[in-house]
Amino acid sequence: MAAQNTGNGAYWREHLKLLGILLVIWFTVSFGAGILFAEPLNQFHLFGFKLGFWFAQQGSIFVFVALIFVYAALMRRLDKKHGVED
Amino acid sequence: MDQQSLTYLFVGLSFALYIGIAIWSRVGSTREFYVAGRGVHPILNGMATAADWMSAASFISMAGIIAFAGYDGSVYLMGWTGGFVLLALLLAPYLRKFGKFTVPEFIGERYYSDAARLVAVLCLVFISFTYVAGQMRGVGIVFSRFLEVDIDTGVLIGMGIVFLYAVMGGMKGITYTQVAQYCVLIFAYTVPALFISIMMTGNPVPQLGLGATLSDGSGMSVLEKLDGTLVDLGFAAYTVGAKSTIDVFAITAALMLGTAGLPHVIVRFFTVPKASDARISAGWALVFIALLYTTAPAVGAFARMNYIDSLNEKTYAETPDWMKNWETLGLIGWADKNGDGRIQVRAGVPFEGAPAFDDTARGPSGERVVTNTPTANAAELYIDRDIMVLANPEIAGLPDWVVALVAAGCLAAALSTAAGLLLVISTAVSHDLLKRTWMPDITDYQELRAARLAAGVAIIVAGYLGINPPGFVAEVVAFAFGLAAASLFPAILMGIFVKSMNREGAIAGMLAGLFFTAAYIVWFKFISPETNTAANWLFGISPEGIGFVGTLVNVAVAFTVARFTAPPPAEVGELVEAIRVPSGAGGAHHH
Repeated sequence: MAAQNTGNGAYWREHLKLLGILLVIWFTVSFGAGILFAEPLNQFHLFGFKLGFWFAQQGSIFVFVALIFVYAALMRRLDKKHGVED
Repeated sequence: MDQQSLTYLFVGLSFALYIGIAIWSRVGSTREFYVAGRGVHPILNGMATAADWMSAASFISMAGIIAFAGYDGSVYLMGWTGGFVLLALLLAPYLRKFGKFTVPEFIGERYYSDAARLVAVLCLVFISFTYVAGQMRGVGIVFSRFLEVDIDTGVLIGMGIVFLYAVMGGMKGITYTQVAQYCVLIFAYTVPALFISIMMTGNPVPQLGLGATLSDGSGMSVLEKLDGTLVDLGFAAYTVGAKSTIDVFAITAALMLGTAGLPHVIVRFFTVPKASDARISAGWALVFIALLYTTAPAVGAFARMNYIDSLNEKTYAETPDWMKNWETLGLIGWADKNGDGRIQVRAGVPFEGAPAFDDTARGPSGERVVTNTPTANAAELYIDRDIMVLANPEIAGLPDWVVALVAAGCLAAALSTAAGLLLVISTAVSHDLLKRTWMPDITDYQELRAARLAAGVAIIVAGYLGINPPGFVAEVVAFAFGLAAASLFPAILMGIFVKSMNREGAIAGMLAGLFFTAAYIVWFKFISPETNTAANWLFGISPEGIGFVGTLVNVAVAFTVARFTAPPPAEVGELVEAIRVPSGAGGAHHH
């Protein structure tokens, strides 16, 4: 049990780091590009959309989907590395 | 076949499918009743979660809200999808690893306290009933519009169907019916959107059509033309918001945090075999949700443009049939304020309140006579936002079978959400209250009977609320999200990520978040609605967004109280260690 706990410490730290990175992206595409910086981004265009508007109504959602799958895949690898897969 | 018969056929076929699934998925144990034996495939659970999550409001109202609010409607698009990222990364896998049946059960054990569990049950029941009343109402409205039975009969039919599969099959029955309901609702939502997108832009993918160039020869893109038209008529531009940035931020955050804290969504992830399945299943859920949520802004923009084109500056005689149909139902009203015989679509409300009609005679153009006090502006047309999705196929002139399909899809959306909510209510009663608190000695068989009974009673209460809706249903939706964000979400999150969080901190935090948020909403929505303006709001945050501040209050109070009270016992530390790793989760059972 004690040995497994020290192993979990490293596992948990790496896990938290991954969570941190993914949540920064999550925040940036929605609250950042879609809300706080939507107005300046609206000067740029993508597929006929103003960019800030696009992030708010479509882009952020696509990124959200990608984030969860990336998380699931990287966690599978992390679980395996530390021998804690289910 | 005429449209009425087609609608009966489509709705009848879909109901027969749901009942068939109910009979096939009868259950015999609480494990099956509460969590479908934990044997649901992650992709199927993703579909079921999508149907569970997307309610009558997502299906009927959201595109209409976006059509009228433009950019400001983005709060719902981001808020109701971004919450799934939080759910997948911060809650679902650990709660699945915990391996019990309910959300209050986790809070009770993690905070070693019956009081904490009871507070969680209270939040859960309030949030879920708030929500379910709206679903039953939605069922009634669809029945009355498309099948010409009265709203109350519609609610009773809906109750009967949910009763069959929820009471017989519990979570297992609900899961597989939700999978079927997802297929019906997504087909019903995307088919008309695809047709309309082709008609307007030539591009069959609505997501791309929204950005594409119009095929009317104007050479403008959909959004450019919409911006231009709206500004000409005195509205705000479609792609720029009218709400303040801080309010948009807070509402989006409250909806995201609330989404992640909604019990009926969280428990769906208890049904998959493993913790790692919970992660991937949340991804699938969001894929299936995104299909509808990225279509909605296109539907909204097309609908806004179509309805302005087909009604503005037209005489009553020139207007299409759908306008007269919805006028008959009182959801459209026209007051020819300047007496020119033409309909002016302009910014602002045309008259005070929802239209009231005097049907003793018709107006000069043949329209129903609106008796409301007119306003001073040039706007003449009242249009209920909720009819946008329902009327869209008619507005675009699509064939009758598409209209019938939309009716079936709308019922699927309302019924699937209602069933998920009713299940968490009945589980909270039979498991958290009876088994875990009042009568720990009952057998599994007795508990299952209690769960079925509780589901039956919950359906009757929900039906009653659907037939006699409290006047404030729309207002209390802000309540459900705000309370979930301010109470359950932080308690669960800290339970997983903050090992030192103790009983006293968690209970104090939940109560503080709950009372702060509830007091703010009750004050501005019920006690003093005339002061509900940006000038009076705390930091400029509306009652819809206050749940975000409530979450921060919860966390701040919890940490402060925890600092000055005894740390949690050692077993709790071990429990937290155990749920943080996926290995060693409870076994599955194949269907």
